[in-house]
Amino acid sequence: MSLLAIILSFIFVILALVLSTAFKLGLGKDIIITCVRATIQLLVVGYILNAVFGFDHPLGIILMLLVMILVAAQNAAKRGRNIPFVFWKIFITISIVEIVTQGFLLGLKIVPATPQYIISISGMIIGNSMIIANLFLNRLQAEIDLRKEEILLVLSLGGSVKQSIFPILKNSIRASLIPTIEGQKTIGLVQLPGMMTGQIIAGADPIQAVKFQLLIVFLIMAAASLTAIILGFLLYPSLFNKEQQLVPNRFLSP
Amino acid sequence: MEIELKNIHKSFINQGERVSVLKGINGEAEKGEILTIIGPSGSGKSTILSLCNLLQTPDDGELYVGGKEIRDWDVRQLRRYVGIAFQSGPMMKGTVLENLSLPMQLQGRTLDNPQTYMNYVGLSEELLNREAKELSGGQRQRLSLARTLVNQPSVLLLDEVTSALDSKAAQEIEALILSINKDHNTTILWVTHDLAQAERVGDQTWFIMDGQLVEAATTKQFFSEPKDQRTKEFLNRSRDKK
Ligand SMILES: Nc1ncnc2c1ncn2[C@@H]1O[C@H](COP(=O)(O)OP(=O)(O)O)[C@@H](O)[C@H]1O
Ligand SMILES: [Mg+2]
Repeated sequence: MSLLAIILSFIFVILALVLSTAFKLGLGKDIIITCVRATIQLLVVGYILNAVFGFDHPLGIILMLLVMILVAAQNAAKRGRNIPFVFWKIFITISIVEIVTQGFLLGLKIVPATPQYIISISGMIIGNSMIIANLFLNRLQAEIDLRKEEILLVLSLGGSVKQSIFPILKNSIRASLIPTIEGQKTIGLVQLPGMMTGQIIAGADPIQAVKFQLLIVFLIMAAASLTAIILGFLLYPSLFNKEQQLVPNRFLSP
Repeated sequence: MEIELKNIHKSFINQGERVSVLKGINGEAEKGEILTIIGPSGSGKSTILSLCNLLQTPDDGELYVGGKEIRDWDVRQLRRYVGIAFQSGPMMKGTVLENLSLPMQLQGRTLDNPQTYMNYVGLSEELLNREAKELSGGQRQRLSLARTLVNQPSVLLLDEVTSALDSKAAQEIEALILSINKDHNTTILWVTHDLAQAERVGDQTWFIMDGQLVEAATTKQFFSEPKDQRTKEFLNRSRDKK
């Protein structure tokens, strides 16, 4: 794509602005900010990727992945601000998911070990894990609010902390995975996955693109399940104190 | 003494503010005694119960159960020694049998004689395979008591267990609790808003107001000649309502 083409594509932004003004949607400012942000973020990422690919040293890739995981953990941790070490627990979870998935991909030589593959696939895995972590924390909070009596009942009968939270943990893990599973059911029927679209536009054979997309679908399923389960088990002990009591308000901001 | 509270304080953070809920409670209950606890709602009665089995921890003061300070107990052992039954008779998803066996299941054991417990609390054995959440209020409360008894507690904490029931069911549950007390010499801390019940069943009665133990006396004395002005007012006001 030429620079001119990009500049011409701003016509679409102007169209959105005109529509917003005409119908008094009051979105003009948001549209401009979003477009400027997207432009800057993507340009910066483009140059960084260029540099990392050119650098051709594992350290560059590792550094890049680390930043990606840090940003993702930071974003998801907002949900559980009062849970001790929530940021680190999410960070560890996403790191494990990343290491396990890349371990399989590279170890079994499913994809070539080039920065291009590692970073693009990692981006999808880490982004997806972040969303799952977010959903999981949301759901866990709602379930605890709703079923506090059950937790207290099990504790009061001499049950362990784990026994008291287990049914709720299980439900929250399940619930946070449903959107991922549902989302994959209509895959390709309505909207082609972004990456597949990209490959096809870039001239790849559609069957090749499909094979690769399938790999991603399977990866994302595994990554999502791993994320919810690992995070669940890392997180639940922080909801209780050493006297095996449920600590209230762990999810609310102080 | 089976239960002994020494200068117990407890506060909660409510919307960023510290609220003092118990302000130095001193009192005790003997083995096998029924202690009825009355007072306005929000005065701290439920909080006292939840301290006794360490569902909450006191901020200050000491609380002895069976002669041992609660923080020296193994938490899970203490919670089996001191059972609690809640007003709502909360049930887990699952059958009556699963709910009744829960205390055993939590220890990785099975309950050998569910029928015995059902008979004891006056529930038909046919209910064992029913969904627990489908039971009536009275049946739920019976099951809730039976489930607590599976742990064979020495102390039983009752938090308004008859408040949500009609008067017939309430009377039956009351009789059941009295027989538990007789049969097992169980010490009972019984929070109730039904003053006639507190008078009927108690050996000792406490009046709690604003986080303070205003008056503690034998139940007879408490109701025939209350000493504190606030107790008299509370009893009169409650009688006027009827
Ligand atoms: N976990 C808690 N967090 C904050 N405040 C609480 C908590 N438990 C009880 N309280 C407050 O403590 C006071 C006493 O409550 P409670 O012991 O339940 O009273 P009672 O059983 O006599 O009605 C109430 O004002 C209540 O709002
Ligand atoms: Mg109460």
